[in-house]
Amino acid sequence: MLKFLGSRAIASAISLVGLILLVFFLSRLTGDPTGLYLPLDASEESRNQFREIHGLNDPLLIQFFNYLGDLVRLDFGESIRRSEPAIDVVLRGFGWTLQLAVVTMSLVVVFSIILGSLAAFHVGGVFDRIATFFSLIGASAPDFWIAIVAIVIFSVNLGWVPTSGTGTVWHWILPVSVLFIRPFGLILQIVRGSMITALSSAYVKTARAKGIKNKAIIFVHALRNALLPVITVIGDQAAALLNGAVVVETIFGFPGVGKLMIDSILQRDFTVVMAAIMLTATAIFVMNLVIDILYSILDPRIRY
Amino acid sequence: MTNTQDQDTTLPDVTEAPNPVIRTMRMLWNDKFAFVSVVFLLIVLLCAIVGPFLLEDAATKQNLRGRNAPPFDFSTAWPYWLGGDALGRPLLARIIVAAQNTIFVAAGAVFFSLLIGTTLGLIAGYTSRIISQIIMRLADIIMSFPSLLLAVIVLFMLDSSVFNLVIVLAITRIPVYLRTARAETMEVRERMFVQAAKVMGASNGRIIFRHILPVVFPTLITIATLDFAFVMLAESALSFLGIGIQPPEITWGLMVSQGRPYLTTAWWLSFWPGLAIILTTLSLNLVSNWLRTALDPAQRWRLEIVRKKNG
Repeated sequence: MLKFLGSRAIASAISLVGLILLVFFLSRLTGDPTGLYLPLDASEESRNQFREIHGLNDPLLIQFFNYLGDLVRLDFGESIRRSEPAIDVVLRGFGWTLQLAVVTMSLVVVFSIILGSLAAFHVGGVFDRIATFFSLIGASAPDFWIAIVAIVIFSVNLGWVPTSGTGTVWHWILPVSVLFIRPFGLILQIVRGSMITALSSAYVKTARAKGIKNKAIIFVHALRNALLPVITVIGDQAAALLNGAVVVETIFGFPGVGKLMIDSILQRDFTVVMAAIMLTATAIFVMNLVIDILYSILDPRIRY
Repeated sequence: MTNTQDQDTTLPDVTEAPNPVIRTMRMLWNDKFAFVSVVFLLIVLLCAIVGPFLLEDAATKQNLRGRNAPPFDFSTAWPYWLGGDALGRPLLARIIVAAQNTIFVAAGAVFFSLLIGTTLGLIAGYTSRIISQIIMRLADIIMSFPSLLLAVIVLFMLDSSVFNLVIVLAITRIPVYLRTARAETMEVRERMFVQAAKVMGASNGRIIFRHILPVVFPTLITIATLDFAFVMLAESALSFLGIGIQPPEITWGLMVSQGRPYLTTAWWLSFWPGLAIILTTLSLNLVSNWLRTALDPAQRWRLEIVRKKNG
């Protein structure tokens, strides 16, 4: 187990270093932030001073090593846009995104597993057809479109929920519902597929022959074995949410890490971009580890 | 009973496998959802190919009297049946013209990522540990590289064009094919026919492309269909955020975004292109589901049994 953790950590560290290298140099290719932050008629002197303050005057390689040096001391640099440590800005956004992701994924997992299992129980039945149809639509719909249609219907016309922002519980309803739809559709499909396989296996027939109730067969015998592929997809979807649901966060004015990322990229706030990428990459790494451990709990044959 | 008699006299008829094309068509006909989807996709494809030639003028001609014209007004010319946009351009014609870019970007991205991803995946699955490790780490980096940043970089470095967007999306989707191809290859390479080919002295290239690829390919094609839908959504999202296709080029995603300021007064500006996206991706998902069953010899009976039940 420890050896497995170690090799995984090393592989991820290599990827992270490669990522830092790429992002650092590629993001500088998008241009000089000076033009964005100073007025058009700013003198060359003040431009130079601005670059000097933010360390943009040094050769790129020197900048990179300075950055790495600071990074070792866990100093992620200063945000140009906000004039505060980049890591603070990112952590604030990440907190919001994390809450959003946890709430959404919990709902997705509960609903998709229950409904998917029930759909698989009568393949081709009415419930199965309805569930399959709606989950397919859910998996196919563009989230930005659902988001704006939902705003028109529920916020503008019916006035039930606010259009954007945060604050009360009501503000969470639309973003969570919109984010819920696609992973729900995808995971329901996977649960259904893998439950169909599990339900036609020999041990389920045995359980049925012993006279065990349907509910117990579905949720105790079959589900546990059907969950392995499901967990992989749940992991992928959760990773996508942790990366920041850029579109949904932008539309609903949700101050998460996705919106922060797109704003920082467009504003050339390099330190924030780097910090955000590193934080989300680390979070996703930890989550993947948890998923691997879950595998071995669910299926004792898997040993690391 | 008649079967046993026939078997003696018309043996070739009984054992003859039906023409694969006809058989596939029949399986498609049996799954009504998949059939409708394929028909719809063919229509979209037709729009994408001939639409711009026929309707380019109609779709770009501004008409101030038709500004935000409401849909379902059948007294107007047919391109206005779905309404007009903020500059009075007919929405239906614009949707048909936009199909070209939308489909071209998705098809191009899927094609290139399938090609590159599969090649790398086969290499990673079949060759030495070190090369495999390098390729996999590369895939990890691509996976965690934010596609938004990549899009912005390409937008600033190169220029905004349809082809550059294809590059961005293709790069982000490479790991999907790479991982699948590698996992499948690692399983297939242990099978007897690969061992046999090796013993008979086949070169690595021959084993990979003649023996392993045909086994792996159906899975990849199924994923590609599904991915086509995903890439379409990704392109729409990028265009929606303003870092994808730039006007005057249009895609469905961009049309949704352009209609956003008029949401409360003219919902149809965003609604129709969004619906076009949903219907296309839904069809792709249905076709992908059907393909998965049809390409899998162990599952194929599910599609053929319907025919017998219906007579």
